[in-house]
Amino acid sequence: MASAVKFEATSRFFGDTRAVDDVTLEIEEGEFFAMLGPSGSGKTTCLRLIAGFERPSKGRVHIFGQDATNTPPYRRPVNTVFQDYALFPHLNVQDNVAYGLMIARVPKAERHHAADEALDLVALGGFSKRKPSELSGGQRQRVALARALVNKPKVLLLDEPLGALDLKLREQMQGELKSLQRQLGITFVFVTHDQGEALSMADRVAVFNNGKVQQVDSPLVLYDSPKTPFVADFVGSSNVLPVEMVQRLIGVAKLASLRPENIRLAEDGLVGTVESQAFLGAATRLEVAVDGARISVLLPKGAELPNDGSEVHLAWDADALNLLEATNG
Amino acid sequence: MHYKASLGLKIAAAAGLLFLHLPIMLIFVYAFTTEDKSYQWPPPGLTLKWFAVTWNRPDVWTALGLSLRVAAISTAVAMVLGTLCAAAVARSRFFGRETVSLLVILPIALPGIITGISLRSAFNLVDIPFSFWTIVLGHATFCIVVVYNNAVARFRRTSGSLVEASLDLGATYFQTLRFVILPNIATALLAGGMLAFALSFDEVIVTTFTAGQQQTLPIWMLEELVRPRQRPVTNVVAMVVVLVTFLPIVGAYYLTRGTETVAGQGK
Amino acid sequence: MASTATFGGRVSDAFWRKPRLLLALLLVPPVLWLGIVYLGSLFALLAQSFFSIDEFSGLINYDFTLKTYGELFRPSNFDILLRTVAMAGAVTLAAAIVAFPIAYYAARYANGRWKVIFYLGVMLPLWSSYLVKVYSWKLILAKEGILNWLFETLHLSWVLQAYLSVPGIGGYSLSVSWTGTFLVFLYVWLPFMILPVQAALERVPSSMLEASGDLGAQPGQTLRYVILPLALPGIIAGSIFTFSLTLGDYIIPQIVGTSARMIGQAVYQFQGTAGNIPLAAAFAVVPILVMGIYLTIARRMGAFDAL
Repeated sequence: MASAVKFEATSRFFGDTRAVDDVTLEIEEGEFFAMLGPSGSGKTTCLRLIAGFERPSKGRVHIFGQDATNTPPYRRPVNTVFQDYALFPHLNVQDNVAYGLMIARVPKAERHHAADEALDLVALGGFSKRKPSELSGGQRQRVALARALVNKPKVLLLDEPLGALDLKLREQMQGELKSLQRQLGITFVFVTHDQGEALSMADRVAVFNNGKVQQVDSPLVLYDSPKTPFVADFVGSSNVLPVEMVQRLIGVAKLASLRPENIRLAEDGLVGTVESQAFLGAATRLEVAVDGARISVLLPKGAELPNDGSEVHLAWDADALNLLEATNG
Repeated sequence: MHYKASLGLKIAAAAGLLFLHLPIMLIFVYAFTTEDKSYQWPPPGLTLKWFAVTWNRPDVWTALGLSLRVAAISTAVAMVLGTLCAAAVARSRFFGRETVSLLVILPIALPGIITGISLRSAFNLVDIPFSFWTIVLGHATFCIVVVYNNAVARFRRTSGSLVEASLDLGATYFQTLRFVILPNIATALLAGGMLAFALSFDEVIVTTFTAGQQQTLPIWMLEELVRPRQRPVTNVVAMVVVLVTFLPIVGAYYLTRGTETVAGQGK
Repeated sequence: MASTATFGGRVSDAFWRKPRLLLALLLVPPVLWLGIVYLGSLFALLAQSFFSIDEFSGLINYDFTLKTYGELFRPSNFDILLRTVAMAGAVTLAAAIVAFPIAYYAARYANGRWKVIFYLGVMLPLWSSYLVKVYSWKLILAKEGILNWLFETLHLSWVLQAYLSVPGIGGYSLSVSWTGTFLVFLYVWLPFMILPVQAALERVPSSMLEASGDLGAQPGQTLRYVILPLALPGIIAGSIFTFSLTLGDYIIPQIVGTSARMIGQAVYQFQGTAGNIPLAAAFAVVPILVMGIYLTIARRMGAFDAL
């Protein structure tokens, strides 16, 4: 698999702030790649480094084998869908979509035709002559998508594309983006702070924190085998057991993560006291105090619920306990 | 809570508004009076003859021509400099940004006489004779802020990602300027330009210090006020001036209506 | 993709690699112009105020001295300064009082079409020719003009005559009296006061006024304890204009007024035929200083946010 985008020891500093700190990452051709993390983690800056809106303070950025570090954005085979869509207010939808082709001096008839085709692709055929101000948020997003795709970029960048949409629309767009990517075969790189979105859409996810990449893996591996406490708690929620407790349990002096849904109440096991419980519909979450730490347990609907204050025994399968690297990155 | 204003407030507000407009409207009446030696009220008779007399006064035409040329060039210079400055201030953070904002406003914030006498003493010091260009130099300087205010307001309203989107789609900075930036600030620039034109056309305080022997229309009018030749002619000219500046003001308003800051508030 | 070969393309690349270059290109022309033309001249003026004029030869003596500033304290000159500042204060006060109802109505009650009418109604006089405005008042205040005619028709001329015989503010006719000057200043600067006050009042949320009423305040008390304090930054912002413009004006007192001079006229006179540029410069520096102090106080009171 060819490498679509490669970060080589890339850093971007803003004064004293290390927005991107020594990131080495490789995105493969044809992947649906997600960059996940809280705000300020560096994921958006990395996206902008690929697009060319930021230049690295250190290190290099390669696009399809070519060193793009000194290439301006308008010479890169990359197109971006912006978070606020950035549609040109003075142009109608068709001219917006055809903008890149117009700059490339494609004759009018040809580029209008291509624009209309791109609009069909995103299910907005017939909207050609409207102005952006007349469109809803979801429609604007599709126009932004069409405008980027019509140029047949080698890499498509999406900056928190679904953040402004309501829940139903967001879920619908997630499915559409995924099938679009399969259909076109283009490398998609998208940035989000929503771990559910990243897990459901991406082939691989890079988890960012404080400018560094903590882990890059498929969603399943990320969920089952987080490498650091940050990843464990950011991707799904998880209990992070302190070192002393892990030492006592399995004799290894490391932090470990344990998903609440993997814990069950048993006759024998780790002893704790139920502090509180919350009914979540499909499950109930118990907060159990164990040796000064607090462990969440997720019991499915129908399970027998203990009373608050009562003593319980917690048990789990051996492979549910996942050892973590000490540093939080 | 009062949802309708009290009568007293309404009367006070209306009276105030009338106070602002009646004097000017009065001039319109005086342009038709038959009496030419004094400002007698009520006018003894009404006539149209002063319009013809004014038309035939060569000094009026010379002054008008000079005013128009000065306003045109000053506006052009102010539009270029004001827009450049606005683009820099609205878009980037740089050391001394506030100082630059202050510098742009200063020519209009300090009383005109100070600008006027400063320019004159500078011209004397460097031995520059008065000319068309000395007038333009002064006018362009205080017109910059008018264009600047309108441009900055519009730049701030325009999404920053538009430029990035254009670059992303393959356009160079120059193509972005032509296809994205200019179309979006055009009406604000036009509004600023119109206001600058009106400002330059009307300016008298700084001009008296930088014009030497030449007469712009306001200087002509000032002369007539101090040493009147034919009073109604002055009235006719005054009326024409009011009507002529009416257009750019209303035009600028409609060009920037509905935006966050409407043109004209930056005087 | 953009062609590498074009000159525009290469310059664009340079801008991308060095954003500071683009910034410099944007800033240098205007800053250079303003710096040289404007600041340079201001500096020339300031420099001149430290020179002096030789009384006998009439030539300027280019040695540094504070003697010229000392001349400002001569009674005749000092009178000019006091007179001008007093007039500026009076105009500012009157402008605030007259502007308030207009601004209040426009901010809180005018809707839709009326808002446009009020907006244009203030804008047009604001941008109208300054000279025409001054001139119109010369017509109004003339002895044979409309104001006199009004008093005569109402059989109130004796009131006007009594007023005109008051020394200091009266005169032969209104158009050669200090009152006349005051009225014209008020008229010409009024829009400058209305706009900031209106802007400040528009920012007062209705809920605040309702809360005041809810807590038991009469409308008069709401005005005094809630509205006025909130409008104050706007009033101060407007006062910056009225004060500053009055301090430097030399045309209005020349056309409508007595022979007693204001600062502006003194500056004009001294740099003209008298050729006493140092003294003219010294006079001109006074408004700059006064406004500097005024602006500092105004800034502390939050007026700059209301601009």
